[in-house]
Amino acid sequence: MDTVAWFLLWVVAIGITGWAFRFAGQKIQWPSDRLNMYFRDMPLMVGIGFMFGLVLLYVVFHYYFIDQSTFFRWAVQGFVIFTVASWLFLTLGKYVGTQATRKIFRQMPLTAAFGILTIIIYAILSIFAGVIAPYGQEEIFEKINVLPGGDPSLGGDPRFPLGTDQLGRDLLSRLIYGGQNTVGIAFITTILAFLIGSSFGFLAATLGGWFDQAVSRIVDALMAIPQLIFALLLLTIATAWAGSNKELITIYMIVIIAVLDSTRVFRLARAVGFNIVVMDYIEAAKLRGENLSYLIFREILPNAYAPLLAEFGLRFCFVFLTIAALSFLGIGIQPPLADWGTMVRDLAQFINFAQFSPHTAALPLMAAGAIALLTVAVNFVVDWMLHKSSGLKD
Amino acid sequence: MNADQLLVKIEGIVIQGRSDEQWLPIINSVDLHLHRGEVLGLIGESGAGKSTLGLAAMGFARDGCRIASGTVEFDGIDLIAADAKVRRSLLGSRIAYVAQSAAASFNPAHKIINQHTEAPVQHGLSSRSESEKDAIELYRRLRLPNPDEIGFRYPHQVSGGQLQRAMTAMAMSCRPDLIIFDEPTTALDVTTQIEVLAAIRDIVKQFNTAAIYITHDLAVVAQMADRIKVLLKGDEVEESDTDSMLKDPREDYTKSLWAVRSFTREEKALASEEDMPVVRVRNVTAAYGKIPVLYDVSFDIHASRTVAVVGESGSGKSTVARCITGLLKPSEGAIEFNGIPLPADYRQRNVEQLKQAQMIYQMADTALNPRKRIREIIGRPVEFYLGLRGRKKDERVSELLDQIELDPNKFIDRLPSELSGGQKQRIGIARALAADPKFIICDEVTSALDQLVAEGILKLLARLQDSLGLAYMFITHDLATVRAISDEVVVMKNGRVVEAGGKTEMFTPPHHEYTSLLLSSVPEMDPNWLTELLQQRGVDNIGDAAIDRMDRT
Repeated sequence: MDTVAWFLLWVVAIGITGWAFRFAGQKIQWPSDRLNMYFRDMPLMVGIGFMFGLVLLYVVFHYYFIDQSTFFRWAVQGFVIFTVASWLFLTLGKYVGTQATRKIFRQMPLTAAFGILTIIIYAILSIFAGVIAPYGQEEIFEKINVLPGGDPSLGGDPRFPLGTDQLGRDLLSRLIYGGQNTVGIAFITTILAFLIGSSFGFLAATLGGWFDQAVSRIVDALMAIPQLIFALLLLTIATAWAGSNKELITIYMIVIIAVLDSTRVFRLARAVGFNIVVMDYIEAAKLRGENLSYLIFREILPNAYAPLLAEFGLRFCFVFLTIAALSFLGIGIQPPLADWGTMVRDLAQFINFAQFSPHTAALPLMAAGAIALLTVAVNFVVDWMLHKSSGLKD
Repeated sequence: MNADQLLVKIEGIVIQGRSDEQWLPIINSVDLHLHRGEVLGLIGESGAGKSTLGLAAMGFARDGCRIASGTVEFDGIDLIAADAKVRRSLLGSRIAYVAQSAAASFNPAHKIINQHTEAPVQHGLSSRSESEKDAIELYRRLRLPNPDEIGFRYPHQVSGGQLQRAMTAMAMSCRPDLIIFDEPTTALDVTTQIEVLAAIRDIVKQFNTAAIYITHDLAVVAQMADRIKVLLKGDEVEESDTDSMLKDPREDYTKSLWAVRSFTREEKALASEEDMPVVRVRNVTAAYGKIPVLYDVSFDIHASRTVAVVGESGSGKSTVARCITGLLKPSEGAIEFNGIPLPADYRQRNVEQLKQAQMIYQMADTALNPRKRIREIIGRPVEFYLGLRGRKKDERVSELLDQIELDPNKFIDRLPSELSGGQKQRIGIARALAADPKFIICDEVTSALDQLVAEGILKLLARLQDSLGLAYMFITHDLATVRAISDEVVVMKNGRVVEAGGKTEMFTPPHHEYTSLLLSSVPEMDPNWLTELLQQRGVDNIGDAAIDRMDRT
């Protein structure tokens, strides 16, 4: 009851101050006309929004400087560092490069710059994992459960800046190798899903009739089964087939996830394709006597790039999360290969120490954070692409 | 109320649009004055800024545009400085807007009358039931069929011309002082257009409403407007009374606009009976699924001649073209090419047969692949049909671009989006020519273009016909185009050929009833044309009403 009362009090207080803010703004004669107009036409909700922002700012200040909450401080520091880095990246792009790339950077929002920068960093770390990582992913040291931070008084070791896991493997190296495995496999899987999904989708759109019906109904049937459960079922069967051959399990996993995800791609490609095949230029190409592959790859595909590319980004995230989830459940990427899903699972119990020792609780959060950061980054880039492609249409 | 009172005063208005990171001018310092009860016609090509200026009279700029300077006063109220509340109380009640496409502007999910009553109820001018009564009265005055009942239909249950009139009624619902008509008849057939024109003119006079009438059709504006203002690329060219403007245009640009309709070609002598026609349509009957569209259609097209197929939308003109190209299988009859019957399905025709008949589309926007460069769009048929590759292909593409009067060095690497409407249509022509055909179907190729540009396309087609001996089948609903380019005319109605013959013969009476309706519906430059026509034919014997009457007898 008390919380509800407090909540209501806050709402009313913010509402009143918001109104007062707008009222004051309208009464004061500002030196610039723009500002006068702005206050005159300001809706009440905008005034309230300003006050709410002020309250939020105070809360941030409180937790950062007075409460000194460790995780909150990390989050704010990370946010600031990434913002500054992406701003620098964006500014760099505006002045370096060819005319065309500079123009792209000028029109790019900061979020997209952040996304691209993050993806580039991930790509470099994954591709050159063997060179960058200080130790091997399977290398076991005598020190176990070293805490991150490298401060010996807190139980750290400067040799392992992010600490080691229960078996004594360096977490930094495993994170970097994990990127190679998880991201690499997700990338291959997504490409495969797109190859299957979009070729069937465009074929269905171009041919129509019974082919479209048959493929669409099969896809409907596949989509009717919950994806993760279906993947689990198929992977269990595949594991039995593969026996102890770990590479074969990975290949089966790639194929299974690709086929399941291609159903979603098929739906999109078919819908986009149907919008394109009714265009006059497709009719002109048909009347010219062009064959199916020319129609699909030279006439339809170039016009479907924008939605497909956007879907690629989203699909990549889903595939990536599916693999992480399967690894977390123990049937995805097999140990001793490093992978972020498995790392989260192995270190999960340390989250219980959050209240007493934030550094201990940070162990599982690093892999989870790596997953989250990439997902956010990819989505920022996808949003930007969608915005660009929808802008091109009018 | 003083009739000479100034209602709208726009002075020195500059409107800019955001494009490619900079503000470009759309309107450069134009003045516009409008008195109560006066109709001002705004004309110009597309991109001249007509619509932008029309919207500015409401104090409004589209997304991505801004009013950079100048003043807009409506009845003494400064619309640019006015705040949102004042503007909201004006728009819809004292200023109304009628858009080009009524079909796209009505909400398909609500009945017409419910959309009609929205504005008066919102502005507190009348109750719902009063407004409904008023709507029915307005429908009656606009001569909509079944005025008591038509408002209770959904927009898709009403024809385009009727919808446009319903939209005019909606604009009238609050008895505004000013209505802005933005090309209200451009998307309509001639026979439908005339009904809408008569209705709009009538109702504007009855209620003494001031109007800004935006169009690119001079003959239409001559009927509607008291004064005409000509715009070119955001600048005012000239403004004067309709009469003096038509009789004595001062500026060269205005004169060139006036001269457009004068392009005509001599009719060639009728082909002799023994000559083998290039294309012969023989007793074609066709249907979409179970719905019959064509009944026993026959006509011939000879080399170097143009056959115009005329008729309103839905008359089956384009379906004939689909039968000829093989996209639609006729249920009876056949298409012969040089005396040899063609397979009914285009998939069974060989490359040589496909090559002979080419097509130019109405909407160049959808007819050219937006992701391909001109080099590939024209180069592909050259490669596909003639087997030319590499240097030879490029040479042929350059040659074709020369033929359509576009500079190859400048245009060969452009995308369709980097071309103007007329240039796109020229590329469409070049793509058809690339196959080296004997016969080209032109499906409403000029109807989406401005008059000056359309004239250029017609001249180009005529020149190509003379030099290459092409046969054209020209599908159109615009009789001015027919008069300009055709040798023979085929008039179609409800899937049947109503009348066919040489051009001169067709344009001299006696006509079939439907042909005469079509001919009389084409607006002329005489400002009294509509008045005289209405006196001659009677208000209920034009447009759809006249067609209904014909169908009944």
